[in-house]
Amino acid sequence: MSEDIKVDQEIKLPAADQLVLSSSPHLSTSDTVRKIMYKVLLALLPAVLAGVWFFGLKALLVIVSCTVFCVGAEALWCVLAKKPVKNTILDGSAAVTGVLLALNLPAGVPLYVPLIGAFLAIWLGKQVYGGIGNNPFNPAIVARVGLLIAFPALLTTWYAPRNFNKSFGYDNFVTFEQRIAVEKGEKKLDAVTCATPLGLVKTAPKDELSQGFFAHPQMLKDYFIGNRPGCIGETCVPALLLGFFILLAFKLINWRIPVCYVGTVAVITAVAHMISPAFTPEPLFHLLTGGLLLGAIFMATDMVTSPITPVGAIVFGVGCGIVTAVIRLWGNYPEGVSFSILLMNALVPLIDRYCGIRPFGYTVKREKKEVAK
Amino acid sequence: MKINNSAALSFKGGIHPSGDGKNLSSAKAIESAPIFERYFVLLGQNAGKAPEAVVAKGDAVKKYQLIAKASGFVSANLHAPTSGTVAGVTTIPGPMGVPAQAIEIVSDGLDEAVEPFSAIEWQKADNKVLLDRVAECGLVGMGGASFPTHVKLSPPPDKAIDTLIFNGAECEPYLTADHRLMIEYTDPVLEGAAIVGKILGVSNIFIGVEINKADAISELQKLADKYGIKIVPLKVRYPQGSEKQLINSITGREVRSGGLPMDAGCVVQNVGTAKAVYDAVVKGLPLVERVVTVTGEVVAEPGNWLVRIGTPVIKVIELAKGVTANPGKLILGGPMMGFAQKSFDVPVSKNTSGILLLSKEVAVNYGSGSCIRCGRCVSACPMHLVPCLLGCAIEGERYDLAAANHVMDCLECGACAYICPAHRPLIQHMRRAKAEIRRRNAK
Repeated sequence: MSEDIKVDQEIKLPAADQLVLSSSPHLSTSDTVRKIMYKVLLALLPAVLAGVWFFGLKALLVIVSCTVFCVGAEALWCVLAKKPVKNTILDGSAAVTGVLLALNLPAGVPLYVPLIGAFLAIWLGKQVYGGIGNNPFNPAIVARVGLLIAFPALLTTWYAPRNFNKSFGYDNFVTFEQRIAVEKGEKKLDAVTCATPLGLVKTAPKDELSQGFFAHPQMLKDYFIGNRPGCIGETCVPALLLGFFILLAFKLINWRIPVCYVGTVAVITAVAHMISPAFTPEPLFHLLTGGLLLGAIFMATDMVTSPITPVGAIVFGVGCGIVTAVIRLWGNYPEGVSFSILLMNALVPLIDRYCGIRPFGYTVKREKKEVAK
Repeated sequence: MKINNSAALSFKGGIHPSGDGKNLSSAKAIESAPIFERYFVLLGQNAGKAPEAVVAKGDAVKKYQLIAKASGFVSANLHAPTSGTVAGVTTIPGPMGVPAQAIEIVSDGLDEAVEPFSAIEWQKADNKVLLDRVAECGLVGMGGASFPTHVKLSPPPDKAIDTLIFNGAECEPYLTADHRLMIEYTDPVLEGAAIVGKILGVSNIFIGVEINKADAISELQKLADKYGIKIVPLKVRYPQGSEKQLINSITGREVRSGGLPMDAGCVVQNVGTAKAVYDAVVKGLPLVERVVTVTGEVVAEPGNWLVRIGTPVIKVIELAKGVTANPGKLILGGPMMGFAQKSFDVPVSKNTSGILLLSKEVAVNYGSGSCIRCGRCVSACPMHLVPCLLGCAIEGERYDLAAANHVMDCLECGACAYICPAHRPLIQHMRRAKAEIRRRNAK
């Protein structure tokens, strides 16, 4: 034992000029931006798997290609801008953008759509502003909106999910001709194009709406498990909720944003539905369809492009909810999640400015708490 | 004694570093350091004016003898840590990174002491007598700021003080000096606290202790009633021991921006200072030693030592049997607010609570990525500022924006910089802005 100590003592203190001099604090968290991004990817995994399960390998192809193209676009920018390539790519933010973009696209889009989307997201949405942390808009939404304007038909061509022909809404979402073709075996189910619930509601006859057809319990069940046409990552509610809880567990999002966002949409649609059932379906329909949950959980909560204060997060969430509900109820587009988030992103600096925190010591409260006895 | 953890009080904000290193030394009883060959008693070790040396080269001194006299009200006496010969006032590496003046004493190894002051029966004594004794014994705040204690205990008459708080939070990671002091000197700490209460005429006395020191809390609670002192368990949260935060945790009051604790009717003292007050008043002993934690993962045998003021740091590290790996950083104080040193010859001062050696891997951990606005610094800031936006404003040299967003209220506690996943040097930014704003305001 004493010999051990002797060995230890032979390790000498360094020469004083070898000591590192720096300002306090001398400790820092082991957490890094890279770890945060990889945790976000983990939270996205349930939605990715659900998307592949419901929409098949063509969904996987879109997800993989979006991710690869986004990372590639980031690498190319770094090479051209003479920035460190490896470190930038390994931070994982481009991969997160890629997966998010894919989850916001319909399965079966031709591969040039992810390619163009990747450059829209990474170059136009992120790197022109200075890269990670400096972009005012969510890059994946910039790409999604850009693609929607550039390729309106491709971005609204929805394919039938797995076993859709056994689902309750099959007859309504799929045209008669296609149904016959599937029955005759002339067409495979996954090649069938359909309408989405939100799209159908926009054009549905008033009496069908007022009878509550779109919020039929059987239909709501399909919406919930994700057996409905839509973007790859938006349909399966359990997977999205699982992602939500993963994000919460890792403390990666401010819960106020999704809760206020979804809550506002629920309140506005509930009021609208109460006033006129023929105008819009029940609020539960609005919560379970479209990209609301995907947007509220994963897109609106993007740290870089959402407010930083608790009050700001509430304002931001409510604002997103109002814009989404207005577009869904009165707009020309059936869905308004992307637009609402993009619009509210633009207001974030303003929200941060006016929804600040009261610093310590700026109103003197005396004896707020009962003094410990 | 079971402590109800959920009842522990706290301010809003703060952090808790995982692996806070306290277990390295928290169970190690305080040991007295031997007499060393040379001591370097720094002249400028108190806040305010440095005292003037009253001994010259060649003078023989004994332990507790006055060697430097306070040069004004906000100044503190210095006393010889042991007996020996004064080798002169020399220039040595200072703890703030610049050379400093110190009285060098060559020990004669006998450790002979002068007669201590007479003991004061403080319950009956006049406050003036107690205050004079505190000043005479050279007491300063031992938590870090080294503000002369007699000044703090003489608030202006227009400030009504109704609460006295002793800081036993010891929220800095790694440090256990106050923890051991509260366990091993429980009665002196409590009696010292009661004496301070008597001086201030305050009967509302609290000792705030973080609940990770449950043994200290239960020891204090056993004797607290005797002195009418309340022991307050506090949540384990850095910077619980910061004056403004401690006042808020215990009383709910907020010290106004730019104000002092007395503006909220409070005086805050460190528990180490309480023990020093006890020594000065009851035993008549000047402040010449303090408990120092020597610790760090690379230290062979971390522990707590009762060390004479003026002991070179290298000697204390040798007491801990040196190092088991090459350290990259030497810090006086804790890892959150302590000062990195460039010499092992820096002496222990009245405010040196810890000597911390960090490994190379921990010490050299730099980098400054872009802010991703994760908001962790916002929840961590005990002053409820928005460090990330301040950091960006300061990087853009927008000192006007930084001032408008209350950068001057920053405590420099380092919670934001600790928690930042992009490892941004937020505290450096804050300090730069504060210096620049002060410079501009002075014009």
